[in-house]
Amino acid sequence: MIGGLAYWIFGTLQWDDLLIKSNAIATGASLMVVAGALAIVALLTWTRRWGWLWREWLTSLDHKRIGIMYLAISFVMLARAIAEAVLMRSQQAVAAGGGQNLVDAHHFGELFSTHGTIMIFFVAMPFLSGLINYVMPLQIGARDLAFPFLNAVALWLTWAGAVLVMVSLTVGEFATGGWSAYPPFTELAFSPGEGVDYWIWAVTLTGIGTTLTGINFAVTLYKKRCPGMHLMRMPLFCWTALCTSILIVFALPPLTVATALLALDRYLGFHFFTNGLGGNMMNYANLFWLFGHPEVYILILPAFGIWSEVISTFSGKRLYGYRSLVWATMCIAVLSFTVWLHHFFTMGQSANINAAFGIATMLIGIPTGVKVYDWILTMFRGRIRFSAPMLFAITFLFAFVIGGMSGILLANPPVDFAVHNSLFLVAHFHNMLIPGTLFGFIAGYMFWFPKAFGFRLDERWGRIAWGLWTAGFFAAFAPLYSLGLMGAMRRTAQTFDPDYVPFLYVAWAGAGLLFAGFAALVVQLVVSIRRRERLAVPIGDPWDGRALEWFTSSPPPEWNFARLPQVECTDAFTREKREGQPYARKDDGYEDIELPRNTGLPVSIGIAGLACAFGLVWHIWWLALAGFVLIWAFAIARSFESDTMRTISADTVREQNEAWLSRARMARPVPREAEFTADNMGRAEASA
Amino acid sequence: MAQVQHDHLLVVVAAMAIVLVPIFVVLPWILWRYRLSRKSGDYRPDWDFDKRIEWAIWGVPVLIVAGLAVLLWTNAHRIDPYRPLAPDGPAPVRVQAVGLDWKWLFIYPDEGVASVDELVVPAGRDIAFELTADGPMMSMLVPQLGGQIYAMAGMRTRLHLQADRPGAYRGLNTQYNGRNFARQEFTLRAVSPQGYDRWLREARKAPPLDAPRYARLARPSLVARPLTFGATAPDLFARIMAKYEGAGGPAAALPDREAAHGHERRAAMASAQ
Repeated sequence: MIGGLAYWIFGTLQWDDLLIKSNAIATGASLMVVAGALAIVALLTWTRRWGWLWREWLTSLDHKRIGIMYLAISFVMLARAIAEAVLMRSQQAVAAGGGQNLVDAHHFGELFSTHGTIMIFFVAMPFLSGLINYVMPLQIGARDLAFPFLNAVALWLTWAGAVLVMVSLTVGEFATGGWSAYPPFTELAFSPGEGVDYWIWAVTLTGIGTTLTGINFAVTLYKKRCPGMHLMRMPLFCWTALCTSILIVFALPPLTVATALLALDRYLGFHFFTNGLGGNMMNYANLFWLFGHPEVYILILPAFGIWSEVISTFSGKRLYGYRSLVWATMCIAVLSFTVWLHHFFTMGQSANINAAFGIATMLIGIPTGVKVYDWILTMFRGRIRFSAPMLFAITFLFAFVIGGMSGILLANPPVDFAVHNSLFLVAHFHNMLIPGTLFGFIAGYMFWFPKAFGFRLDERWGRIAWGLWTAGFFAAFAPLYSLGLMGAMRRTAQTFDPDYVPFLYVAWAGAGLLFAGFAALVVQLVVSIRRRERLAVPIGDPWDGRALEWFTSSPPPEWNFARLPQVECTDAFTREKREGQPYARKDDGYEDIELPRNTGLPVSIGIAGLACAFGLVWHIWWLALAGFVLIWAFAIARSFESDTMRTISADTVREQNEAWLSRARMARPVPREAEFTADNMGRAEASA
Repeated sequence: MAQVQHDHLLVVVAAMAIVLVPIFVVLPWILWRYRLSRKSGDYRPDWDFDKRIEWAIWGVPVLIVAGLAVLLWTNAHRIDPYRPLAPDGPAPVRVQAVGLDWKWLFIYPDEGVASVDELVVPAGRDIAFELTADGPMMSMLVPQLGGQIYAMAGMRTRLHLQADRPGAYRGLNTQYNGRNFARQEFTLRAVSPQGYDRWLREARKAPPLDAPRYARLARPSLVARPLTFGATAPDLFARIMAKYEGAGGPAAALPDREAAHGHERRAAMASAQ
């Protein structure tokens, strides 16, 4: 009877699921999460920041603050996922050739599952949502996204998913089925615990959030562009954001369907993907990769946009082949839906099908190759400044074409049959996702950081970070190409072939360098905050920027633009700097601006979503039901709020804007040679 | 098969080099030539298009991919794993491979013997595999011989391999299936025809693979060393597949792992209540 009562209150949760794990490393991680959470709470309480946090951040609907919060989530999760990668490589190196195990095979399974899930869903996705959130409205001359409330809801759903993954470190355990969670292994028959349920609900929460964000971005790009900002005048980052949003809208639903069907199998005894009784895991593979392949372009396209901005800005030159790049982006977006089967050439379909999908995959190489040449031609006849983002861009160009070649190899079924599931594949996708996506996002973060916070990041530490990331990437993944060709498989906790040992040691060292690269980013941030007076760029244009986001103060006012800009060409700000007087007085024409009021409902929806998901994972039905009802109660409550906007008076806007303009007129324009000195106040000397 | 794969790989790398080599040559030169501190005279901040270059950077990749597409189509058919490797040669050796948690069972339907974690075949003969799994999905690969294909419960896939020279080749499962995934390896021993006959004679003396022995084997476990079985039911493979076609039928003779696990979990939940 008491046992029954405990089930109705605590579900399947037992005391021994909490805190202490089966080995010292897992217990350490579990304690670190708890200690970290307690430290944050203590710090906020001690500094009396709770009210400030709630008013200024958690309840904000400002796209810029939401963007920064996305980035914060991404950084925290990146720290964990890199630590896991280092642990996995350590295990493989230490245990190679039959050595002592650092972590057991089951724990290793959890590590690669959380590493992949976190890197894709809770590092890369929030990173791109954050950057697009912050930058895109500024680039198209808008005051906010089309649906600010929806934007905040999406953020908090993503946050809930991330928290759920973190909770799995200390309450119970995570899945061992990899980031793709292939059934039937992830069915109850083979994975009876709570692990797969953690995966399902974490991915479902963030998947729904991302879908909402995709809709929001697309509508914003279609409807909120400032006067004169034709589609073909948008900065390339906006184009890639648009294509990514379209991909999100079409590609995320199959994922949500797949996780929902898997949940039905696990919770209600359905047989969509089980062995037997009509279940068929091939349907899962198709659904998952119908999401999964466009997903990799969702991740890479915004990075392509960032590279376009970074390379053009730091070459002091217009982007070469703007139309070509737009068309290439569109081609990639469309083709990305035609290649999903290349993830399972080995599932037994006919050679005709494999060949068709293989050729479709190679076709994507064409627009991608065009892009690389367009970027190189952008540098041609430019004046190249080797800033940290530009250095990352250079590593990207060299490394990415190697990854592209291994991708073309994998697109060929005759080759894929030998290296499918091997470390060759692991090397390939890290080769695309680290130099392509992650370096792109880091470059974007360094590039736009001064815009968001009003001071530059320390350049020296930026270059140190670049050196470590570059060396670490090559050391960590070049050996994996060899190992893959030698027959070493992914997700292998321990290998017994002595020939693998030297390669595994180099990869281990590489992982260590990558971790040092992350540490260098943290040091860079701390150092920059401490030197923010010397690094300040309040006028807002530290890099001689080309698009509209640089035509605001740093940080920009809440309303972004005192008056919506009027655009007549691409690189509108460059033209204004050359031909006009961008910082001249503009006494007339200020109007009242309406902005959305803060609201606590989105964060409440996130918390309710987290409660619902946690209840589902542990079969705490009352909690799951309460969370579910509350999500919708909060959503309905929103529809009864009529007073959702507040007005900023024209006088306030004028006062602040004129103050910025007069400060800009007084600031000394700096030449590009002095870009990284304290002289750079964010006003660029006219070039050419 | 492995030879075709090897050559295919080299051709693709060579074709890609047409795109890659210029990048590795030109990019460092541009970075040097057009660095800010050099103040080169031919700075063209507004130069952003050239039709001839445009044709080249779209056209060359299109031609390369077109060429590679022909090669891909041809070779994908030539070494389609479902296709016999020597249609005119001697009849292939038939092997039915069953992926079990964490071992491979090989049934020789024409010989009536079976082995676990060791596959003995005559060198130079096409081996015609039928594959299925009695557990989660797995994938069987012999890296030195080339191909791999998924083994899935209730379904049959096919694969043809051939070891041209006698020797021992490492084979493995490439698809993660739990705790002992890293240890799910087997040895493919390619031997002379006489050696093969000798092995078959020895194998026939081993105990039979009857239903209780199969049930024990199918439980998630590692086997300490390769096993052989002297007799198998002729329809064993079909019955392993049929287990997953619903309740009843010949499958009833074999315990259903999935159902057993389900019971275990329900029992655990009941005790929690």
